[in-house]
Amino acid sequence: MSFDVGVIGGGVIGCAIAYNLAKFGQKNVVVFERQYPGAGSTGRCGAGVRQQWGLEMNCRLARGSVKIFEQLSSELGVDIEFRQGGYLVLAHTEKQIEQFEKNVSLQNSLGIPSRIITVEEALEIVPYLNPESFIAATFCPTDGHANPLLTNYAYAKAAERLGVKVMKFTEVSGVERSNGVFKLTTSRGNFEVGCLVNAAGGYSKPVAAMVGVDIPTYSERHQILVTAPVPRMFDCMVISFTSGIYAQQVPQGSFVLGIAENEEPSYNTNSSWQFLEHITYEVTSILPVFGELSIVRQWAGLYNKTPDSQPILGEVSPGFFVAVGFSGHGFMIAPKTAEIMAKLILGIKPDIDISYLSLDRFEKGELIVEPSVVG
Amino acid sequence: MKGSDNDIIVCRCEDITLGEIREKIREGLTTTEELKRVLRVGMGPCRGKSCVPIIRRELSRMLSLPMADVLPPKDRPPVVMVKFKSILEGSEE
Ligand SMILES: Cc1cc2nc3c(=O)[nH]c(=O)nc-3n(C[C@H](O)[C@H](O)[C@H](O)COP(=O)(O)OP(=O)(O)OC[C@H]3O[C@@H](n4cnc5c(N)ncnc54)[C@H](O)[C@@H]3O)c2cc1C
Repeated sequence: MSFDVGVIGGGVIGCAIAYNLAKFGQKNVVVFERQYPGAGSTGRCGAGVRQQWGLEMNCRLARGSVKIFEQLSSELGVDIEFRQGGYLVLAHTEKQIEQFEKNVSLQNSLGIPSRIITVEEALEIVPYLNPESFIAATFCPTDGHANPLLTNYAYAKAAERLGVKVMKFTEVSGVERSNGVFKLTTSRGNFEVGCLVNAAGGYSKPVAAMVGVDIPTYSERHQILVTAPVPRMFDCMVISFTSGIYAQQVPQGSFVLGIAENEEPSYNTNSSWQFLEHITYEVTSILPVFGELSIVRQWAGLYNKTPDSQPILGEVSPGFFVAVGFSGHGFMIAPKTAEIMAKLILGIKPDIDISYLSLDRFEKGELIVEPSVVG
Repeated sequence: MKGSDNDIIVCRCEDITLGEIREKIREGLTTTEELKRVLRVGMGPCRGKSCVPIIRRELSRMLSLPMADVLPPKDRPPVVMVKFKSILEGSEE
């Protein structure tokens, strides 16, 4: 069987790229997914959507994505539970405040309505915060949160409605290039595709290697948990770049929270007791009331990382595209990034310059310095 | 429609009916993991004790699969709900 475009990976990135390709009129698109849409990092993520970045390009990708998220439920025909309760970013040091001042003026210049706020103002937004635990904060009311499982599912379903073939339980195990086509071996037979997209998330490196391309990505476990639902306490995401913690109450009432930890590169997605102790200590120091909440479940997923924690986007060898290495922010920039990737694949000039994110930046030593990443 | 059992609530934690589960199976979801992720069935405090057997039976029936091939979703820690407070107290000991 042959297709014009084959996407490896049915996470939010792969499904959204396929959806955008079909939306722009591309026919014969297939997504190969080893398990099912949402089985990878997307279905395990915190799904926070933050526009408060320190680099113009990231601000633009996030801002563009928020505009898409705002109408995505109606565009895709599934309620993805996108809520704009804002992001409250805690500052613990004077140095952080200096950085946040720079960030906020950049963000404001790009139409992102963030602002520096005092401890008292922060307490008005989240009365449960321990006022001793931070010295100022930034707040952006249009940041938010969506349901990642439903978002991934919605993109897959909408892509299918536009004619994309989403092949679940289909693992790609080998790629051979001959006469300008890619010949794929999968657990469900052989396929030929004219153009190939690597959106394999945590497994981006082995997938690129199948095509004979070496990319400097690696994976890292990140753990997360959910509490029993409680009546609404606050609407925003609370995060700290110092401890790497983030906590958000989802519409159904549970809190979802995670924290950055020192991890070796691996494909390990087991849960650990150490994580529970670590996050308990950090969360109760900024939000003491959490002592009373109950943990229902913990799990883990992979961050796909690069040397500068920014993604690699673009064509890395003729007909072979990558959208990988999203670290801890691939969900929030997925809508805009997928639109740009679809344009690149179709030879349309995108409206945001993403040449900084090309693979050759690592060879040239032009790494990106983004001051505001978690983990 | 015959005395419909579609209104039966299968997942009490998340208030999901048999009808909603059947609809998603018809839309192409074929595993308990997928149903859990899309409908939240089995994600609540009871950890799927009551709903998972019913969902497996429904998948088996609608997709004509032997029960043994319809696996329950992955069990995740902690085994019982635990308060952050008790973890704090535990680690101070
Ligand atoms: C704990 C945690 C919290 C996070 N919090 C946030 C957050 O708050 N905000 C945010 O924006 N981001 C967050 N992230 C990051 C975010 O989850 C990812 O950046 C994003 O989901 C990446 O999407 P993806 O489609 O590239 O990857 P995935 O969702 O992992 O999709 C890749 C898919 O490829 C499939 N695949 C792999 N190899 C093959 C193969 N050989 N053949 C076929 N299929 C294959 C996999 O099964 C998988 O489904 C978090 C991540 C984790 C782990």
